[in-house]
Amino acid sequence: MYAIREALAAFRRAPVLTGLSAGMVGLALFVVGLFSLATYNLRIALSAIEERVEVVVYLRDDARQSEIDTLLVELAAFDEVSRVTYVSKRDALERAQRELPEFGQLFLESEVNPLPQSLEVELRPGNRTPDVVERVSDAARGYPFVEDALYGEEWVDRLFALRRIGFASTAVLGAAFAMVAALIIGTALRIAIFARRDEIYIMRLVGARNGFIRRPFLLEGALAGLAGAVLAVVLTYATYRGVYAYLFEVAWIPGSWIGIGLLTGALFGAASSAIAIRRHLREV
Amino acid sequence: MIKLTHVSKEYPKRGYALHDVSFHLGKGEFAFLTGHSGSGKSTTMRLIHMADRPTDGEVRVSGFSSATVTERDLWKVRRRVGMVFQDFRLLPGRSTLENVSFALEVTGTPQKAIQAKANRLLTQVGLATKAGARVEELSGGERQRVAIARSLVNDPYVLLADEPTGNLDERATRGIMELFWDLNAKGMAVLMATHDMELIRRHPHARLFELDQGKLVYDSAATDSVTA
Repeated sequence: MYAIREALAAFRRAPVLTGLSAGMVGLALFVVGLFSLATYNLRIALSAIEERVEVVVYLRDDARQSEIDTLLVELAAFDEVSRVTYVSKRDALERAQRELPEFGQLFLESEVNPLPQSLEVELRPGNRTPDVVERVSDAARGYPFVEDALYGEEWVDRLFALRRIGFASTAVLGAAFAMVAALIIGTALRIAIFARRDEIYIMRLVGARNGFIRRPFLLEGALAGLAGAVLAVVLTYATYRGVYAYLFEVAWIPGSWIGIGLLTGALFGAASSAIAIRRHLREV
Repeated sequence: MIKLTHVSKEYPKRGYALHDVSFHLGKGEFAFLTGHSGSGKSTTMRLIHMADRPTDGEVRVSGFSSATVTERDLWKVRRRVGMVFQDFRLLPGRSTLENVSFALEVTGTPQKAIQAKANRLLTQVGLATKAGARVEELSGGERQRVAIARSLVNDPYVLLADEPTGNLDERATRGIMELFWDLNAKGMAVLMATHDMELIRRHPHARLFELDQGKLVYDSAATDSVTA
């Protein structure tokens, strides 16, 4: 009860200082928030591209239906494969006419259908990797009635290189931003605690227990951290709305990320206070 | 109650602040600790309050030994030993009552009992009418009385006073000394560090310890002066 009252009293007694602490925490976490927004949208963009990774097995015109069925079953048996769809020569032509209207006349005038029949192999999420598509393609190519199996090798390799770079930079930059935020939060709360060093001194002098002294400061740190995190969410949301309205379409970060952010702010605040208070507790 | 046994304190840059000091202060005694500046008075007070640990020897306070008491248990020592300083060390911007109440609250006094006990302590030190005054509005003597009231919140066995009259005029000094003697008459031991020999002379019944360059050179309770 005392801890809660004192923690709230600190905001009332020194609103400018605690406001500044929360503001500094907010700005530090705002940078992390912007980074999260960018990371999340990059992840969505890469996933959207990744969904288009599939293997197309082109079949010779003389392939028999029973042979095609066998291959279809064989490919569908791969754990990584989610669906195999047969596309006949006629389906391929219709699709081409629909999707490539600029060549519509050419297709109509042609007496023979130049497009091959094929099997479109879709992969399960998480399995659209270069080695999986290569393995499925190689299995298909082993059949004599298969003309070729293509998956845009160069394109898939580049996509995954991009993914790796994205992951590494997310990890490194994320850790760097988090560290900077932790340092700023720590400094802000150290200033707030320094301003109350007289109280800590008196508490030690008259025989208050360390836990008793620590509690309100930890709570105050957690509250300042939480207030800063809320501010960071508000600033990040305002930025998101601005980008969405004036620049390009972006997605808002998921609720779970915001929850983690708020919790992190509170924990950072409490931890920074704990470190700062430890020094003062040794002084008397 | 307070026992120093071959206590030395060495600071890395200053060298020895205390050297092989031994004395015992019993229950209900009143003693002055005197000596020139730098003789080790404040160091002795800090060691008794266990704000610092001796380099050698042992300080025992009300059953707690400097050799064994943990950082975690220091609060137990502090509740048996009240302490006041020359510069009062009150919380600025708060009233007399708030300063005393704060000490009561942080040492776990039930919320309902705080107001009554704080008022009782202020009455005891003669400040009942100044309960609502901010500490900035008080005179030096009154501020020291607030500090004394605060030091009494745990009903300590002993009161340590480090140059408590150093900033006070003659009249205020007299008032503070009367207060110390009152507390002593109720059974509380008092150990007061001061370099004011005139003040000491006015209280011949008190025991006297004298330090010189970190060594105990005189104890009035001993038949002869203690020499190094």
